[in-house]
Amino acid sequence: MVSKLKLLGIGTAASVIALGAAQAQDPVSLTIVSWGGAYTASQNRAYHEPYMAENPHVTIINDDGSANALAGLRAQSQANNVTWDLVDMLPSDAQLACDEGIIMEIDHDEMLAAGPDGTPASEDFLPGSLGECFIPQIVYSTVLTYRPGAFDADNQPDSIEALFDVENFPGQRALQDRPGTNLEWALYADGVDPDDIYDVLATPEGVDRAFAKLDTIKDHIIFWTEGAQAPQLLADGEVVFATGYNGRMFDAIEVEGMDAAIIWDGQVVEWDGWVIPAGGRNIDAVMEYVYWATDTQRLADQAKYISYGPARASSAELVGEHADLGIDMGPHMPTNPDNYFAPIVLDNDFWADYGDELRERFANWMLQ
Amino acid sequence: MAQADAADIAPEMQTERNGRLTTADGTPLKAALRRAERRRKFAAFLLVTPLLAFILAFFVFPIAQMMWRSVDNPQVVRALPQTLEALEDWDGETLPSEEVFAALHADFMADVGRPRAEQVMGPLAVRLNYELSAARSAITRTSRQVADFQPPYRDEFLDAHRLWDNIELWRVIEREGRPLTSAYYVAALDREFDSDGNIVLRDENRRIYVQLFIRTILMSAAITFLTFALGFPIAYYLSILPTRYANLLMIAVLLPFWTSLLVRTSAWIVLLQQQGVINSALVAMGIIGDDGRFSMIYNMTGTIVAMTHILLPFMVLPLYSVMRTIPPSYLRAAKSLGARPSTAFRRVYFPQTLPGIGAGGVLVFIISIGYYITPALVGGQSGRMISNEIARHMQQSLNWGLAAALGTMLLVGVLVLYWLFNRLVGTDSLKFG
Repeated sequence: MVSKLKLLGIGTAASVIALGAAQAQDPVSLTIVSWGGAYTASQNRAYHEPYMAENPHVTIINDDGSANALAGLRAQSQANNVTWDLVDMLPSDAQLACDEGIIMEIDHDEMLAAGPDGTPASEDFLPGSLGECFIPQIVYSTVLTYRPGAFDADNQPDSIEALFDVENFPGQRALQDRPGTNLEWALYADGVDPDDIYDVLATPEGVDRAFAKLDTIKDHIIFWTEGAQAPQLLADGEVVFATGYNGRMFDAIEVEGMDAAIIWDGQVVEWDGWVIPAGGRNIDAVMEYVYWATDTQRLADQAKYISYGPARASSAELVGEHADLGIDMGPHMPTNPDNYFAPIVLDNDFWADYGDELRERFANWMLQ
Repeated sequence: MAQADAADIAPEMQTERNGRLTTADGTPLKAALRRAERRRKFAAFLLVTPLLAFILAFFVFPIAQMMWRSVDNPQVVRALPQTLEALEDWDGETLPSEEVFAALHADFMADVGRPRAEQVMGPLAVRLNYELSAARSAITRTSRQVADFQPPYRDEFLDAHRLWDNIELWRVIEREGRPLTSAYYVAALDREFDSDGNIVLRDENRRIYVQLFIRTILMSAAITFLTFALGFPIAYYLSILPTRYANLLMIAVLLPFWTSLLVRTSAWIVLLQQQGVINSALVAMGIIGDDGRFSMIYNMTGTIVAMTHILLPFMVLPLYSVMRTIPPSYLRAAKSLGARPSTAFRRVYFPQTLPGIGAGGVLVFIISIGYYITPALVGGQSGRMISNEIARHMQQSLNWGLAAALGTMLLVGVLVLYWLFNRLVGTDSLKFG
């Protein structure tokens, strides 16, 4: 009898301790790598801060390392010291990292929340956006932006062709110092249908054609490297056209009040999203976070802070007004029908195959 | 310590029968002294060990590893061992036989069975794509379908990706199927392998690096000369001022040295851009028209101006330290012996500053040859340097082998220049301050 009671006592004590441990979870600190600037700020407000408020034992540390994410992942994996818990990266790099086995494979329906009406995640995310190891958050696009003040009121540019028309639209142009987007636009402006661009670009004649078109504006180009440079060059009045990411341009125009306008013609559309490094220290905590941060409401929330479109179909109707400015975000989304009339969908397979060669050709062209 | 030991030993020295000097315990004196000396050296060595370890771990080892990466080529050997064996009798002209394709299938199947982190087809795809465009998708697409392949494998592979039908791909696999490769150096010299395996120049529109190396050297030389032309009078003026004022002015020289590199570079952007301070001032004064603004930044001019400013202290400091040691009486003596001021400067003063010029020149040249932040920010297209390409391959294209080959060439180039300088001028006469 006594021993039974004793046992019972011990059992109760043990279960109380176990319960206590489950409630006051061990503190976890998650290092989340993203792009910095306005983009990380939007993730902070839409995901990180609410999550930390709900889960006081989690601390999220931002690292602005996404620009060199693949290099970083490789280095950490080789050194066997994975310090990143979650990384925001482009699908092309994610595919490479996935093929190399340095990030985790994702079982979409298992690891991601279903839509509010019960649609499984694999069907709720926009077609073609989910990758083997890649969980998309947003659709973003690279757009052409111009300074309205630089041209007469009755002669405003409205197409990619204007970028290549130095006669009617004189002035310097800021382009990114890599072939992606630039070659697509050169062909598009040269009359190639958006759907055929990559077929043409896969032929040597097509590449020559694109570079010939770029040659026509070569003396009017300033190249930019970092995302923040493009709006800066526009704001300084150094250029009349600049290419840039639509979210940064939105930020510069609507939030900072820069005098510039976006041309949605020929916008180059791409995904951006999360990958989970393999061998990280907090895999379970990260999975919980990812499950929560990629649900329908959270993805819609991010659009309150930056003009990137949510990657879930079910999030679209929840997109509302900008949290600080109070303006309706719908018209600023790349996926809005008014903006999505002539999109070029970035072909990651193409760039994975031809990128090495075209980057060399482009570097050579910049040198001449 | 050795002296102390020797002194302790001395009073107890004994002479053994054979006439050699020994210590009290009978060891020969010579050996005892040698041991004492060795202990002293060891103590001295212990003192520098931390530094030595630091240099080995953080300097020599990474550089060696980087150089190793430029020839390291494990991907093909690791991923396609059976295929390479089957390829040994291949004629190199026609599509390989079914036997080779069967071996290829076996290699792919072996990879499918491995845990994800140990799979080798991903790195193989990346590696082959450096040599042949679209090889990446040939490998990855095949790897996804290979589990369903039925013999004859040849047709299955040709269906999976068009590139398996391409002799070029097979030539690349055969050529790179060795643990060491010269391919990165071949590419770094703007060359490639032709169908017979000879090294030939690349198409004109893909040549980058040789041209960029030449430009980097020319720009570095120009920057070195400009820092000399600007730094020499400053250093001279500093050296003849009383120390009090000289120190004050020296702070002015060093001030940019203490400011962040990015701040200094951004300041030049503000000054030099087309809507910037200098252009706007010139327009306001009516010297140039509004549409005649100068392009002084985002080109070679921008890089040279900003880098000259940034590297100026590296020239001024060694010059100043040398000039301070030249007694003013030498110049006075020359003049009193009838030399005109210009002759006295040319024949008496200037030759004595040569060690400073040499040191400053070597410093500025070597630093500027490897510079990359400033050219990246203000260089535009014409002001880019080789280090920008190295950074691009490290961070964007992730072709670390090529980056390592370019880096190694740059390192060897700098060492050769230093050696030449040493032969012509002699590093003994360098004075770094």
